[in-house]
Amino acid sequence: MTLLHSVLPWAIGAVALAMLLALWRLLRGPTLSDRILSLDTLYVNAIALLILVGMRFSTTLFFEAALIIAMLGFVGTVALSKYLMRGDIIE
Amino acid sequence: MNAALLLDWLLSALVIIGAFFTLVGSIGLAKLSDLLKRLHGPTKASTLGVGCVLIASMIYFAATGEPSAHELLISLFLFMTAPVAAHLLIKGAIRGEPELAPPDPPQSEPPAPDVKHR
Repeated sequence: MTLLHSVLPWAIGAVALAMLLALWRLLRGPTLSDRILSLDTLYVNAIALLILVGMRFSTTLFFEAALIIAMLGFVGTVALSKYLMRGDIIE
Repeated sequence: MNAALLLDWLLSALVIIGAFFTLVGSIGLAKLSDLLKRLHGPTKASTLGVGCVLIASMIYFAATGEPSAHELLISLFLFMTAPVAAHLLIKGAIRGEPELAPPDPPQSEPPAPDVKHR
């Protein structure tokens, strides 16, 4: 797996750059929907980053963390969208 | 070309494709001009990007001798929830500012006369 281990740092760098771009949109985004969308993108990119780091260090430890980020990210996006729709989360 | 080398190349290609599409999705999110256009970018990241990375991880850990079903679980969950989240997000955004909704498609010709069902 020599080629894979020389490719993985570049892939991790690309995903980190993607997270930085999403962070820029999160800080700048003109409307609230833009910020929610970039938070959702940050969750997805964090999952990809965790999987890549797990492959880099040959450990399966990060999968549970990625699974929890996937679940809580969905719940967070739905709650924020509900706030956007109704102005309240729990009615 | 033996099997280990082929596996190495396959995994590297999957990882590169996944990272590339993740980056493209975020560039789209940062650079496009409109909320509806911006929504289009990250969907590539969440399907092609994370999908390729998860497939690569699944093959890698199956090849190194500790296969796990976690990646399958993550990808299933992600592919089921991403459309729901995007739908709710845009619904909320359109509720907030109705001018965001795209215009109705033009009615080019009058509706066809009813055909009698036999």
